Amino acid sequence: MTKDLSRRARSRITDSAVWVVLAAGAVFMIAPLVWMFSTSLKTKLEVFALPPVWIPELPQWDTYVRMWQDSYVLDGFKNSLVVSLTVTIIGTFTCSLAAFALAKMRLPFRNAIFIGLLTGIMIPFPTLMIPQFVIFAKIGWVDTLLPLIVPAIFGNIVMIFFLRQYLTSVPDSLVEAAKIDGASYWQIFWRMIMPIIRPAVAAQFILWFMAVWNDYLAPILYLNTPERQTLQVVIANMNVQYATQRDYPLIMAASVVALLPILVVFLVFQRQIIESVALTGTKG
Amino acid sequence: MTSTAAPATTGPRTPVPTSAPATPGGGSKRLHRSEKKWALAFVAAPVVGYLLFIAYPTGFALYASLTRWNGLGPMQFIGLENYANLLHDERFQQSLFNTFFYMIGIPIGLALSLALAIAMNRKIMGLTAFRTIYYIPVISSLAAIAILWQWAYNGDFGLVNQFLGFFGIEGPNWLSDASWSKPAIIIMAVWKGLGYSMLLYLAAIQSVPRSLYEAAELDGAGSWSKFRAITLPMVQPVTFFLVVTNIIAGAMIFTEINIMTPTGGPEYSTASAVFHIWKQAFQYRQMGYATAMAVVLGILILIITLIQFRLNKRSSFVID
Repeated sequence: MTKDLSRRARSRITDSAVWVVLAAGAVFMIAPLVWMFSTSLKTKLEVFALPPVWIPELPQWDTYVRMWQDSYVLDGFKNSLVVSLTVTIIGTFTCSLAAFALAKMRLPFRNAIFIGLLTGIMIPFPTLMIPQFVIFAKIGWVDTLLPLIVPAIFGNIVMIFFLRQYLTSVPDSLVEAAKIDGASYWQIFWRMIMPIIRPAVAAQFILWFMAVWNDYLAPILYLNTPERQTLQVVIANMNVQYATQRDYPLIMAASVVALLPILVVFLVFQRQIIESVALTGTKG
Repeated sequence: MTSTAAPATTGPRTPVPTSAPATPGGGSKRLHRSEKKWALAFVAAPVVGYLLFIAYPTGFALYASLTRWNGLGPMQFIGLENYANLLHDERFQQSLFNTFFYMIGIPIGLALSLALAIAMNRKIMGLTAFRTIYYIPVISSLAAIAILWQWAYNGDFGLVNQFLGFFGIEGPNWLSDASWSKPAIIIMAVWKGLGYSMLLYLAAIQSVPRSLYEAAELDGAGSWSKFRAITLPMVQPVTFFLVVTNIIAGAMIFTEINIMTPTGGPEYSTASAVFHIWKQAFQYRQMGYATAMAVVLGILILIITLIQFRLNKRSSFVID
């Protein structure tokens, strides 16, 4: 009895110690982001104050107004939204169709096609970027959003892979029964397969959206005109331009805006995102 | 494991041949033909995309790497000269060295995140909040994070040195000091990736059967030996997955380098391979030469990926 009690007490102490360590770690994780937000509200003077100011005396919300007016943040926001939504909506559709065909339909050379597609994952973007750039330059797509959108809407091999894996758990007899009932393949896909794979599609959709929204390398290759750049490129350029003027509040405000949409998506869909990430890692 | 329950298949297993019973009767052949047509139409987009945007550019890259070419004018075939030049291109070698140097962060990040995951496996207050906070840097825009850290590393007013100053340590001028610029990038990368590895470790730890630990306790095992004998082997597949994906992602590191050190850092100490390739191709217009570097990098990444596929097949039984 006493042994049990002391053990429980010891475990309580350990719990508290662990809690303190985790909390200290959490401070390290969140402090830079808090500092970013706080800097965006400071005056230029407060930015360079020593010792540092954490809570600006008079929050300069005006910086956020100034940012929309004086910079290309609004254009960047629109462009990023256009790219991310077009890519993920159309791309998800093509991926789902392909996954259905690869998992549940009679298709000549099915395995060969699937394995062929998988080899695509092994070739990294940096190796492809120069040829792709030259191809798009030839057809006059440089400085438009098209090179960011068009290749992606043909489908994302990782997503096809996961959806196909997900579909292998659906019994073939279900599809066969629908066929005997006279349903067309389109109907089977839309009425039966889509509802079944919806959770997997949703998770992959969000992950893909975040990846496209945060992409930086492809956009800086193609986009030169400020009005046509995506948000990530806009803030990177502001970082260069305004650092010379020491306008750090403006730079940080733009960074906060670049980060915010994904943060909101994450906080809303946290459970799904975390579950699907854990799944891809442990089952991939 | 998590309950959204994707099928418990692991890795690119060879799909089962269509085992569905063929519908008896004469119409089945025609039905099959129409099914094949539909199936072809359904996979057409990714197949065409693969041919246009992966296969063709790959062939193009292999050829372009054998030429002298500025991207606009004609390509002049020069055989393996580009590759031969790479052998004594100090800048390229420096950038490759930097890229691999950054990977020191991988074991550091994994050890930290495993410790965090073990800590989070206890039933303590505010776990969800902790998990969320640790994960926020992962989902954050890398460009924004790089801008933030560039400012945080400012020698005089940056957050990092102000924090160190609190303990009486005078921090270096991180990004303009050739001996501190690489550690600066590593610290940032560890900070950003911690939540991701932690999450995967946590999922793996939670799937370890309780009975294993209880049996070990009955045998009088202490925390350390339980960790060595149970936890570590059980999370080994995740460790492997993380090592490989981190190496692949690390080999392609670019955004933070380009934003935090637009010139490649003092004495080119931060330039990564992709950064160097990008500069050669798009600033100096040495497209042929840059493509040769990109092919070398691609081959290195390909080898790592193949190792992953190979070993993943073997370790898949452990995961299930």
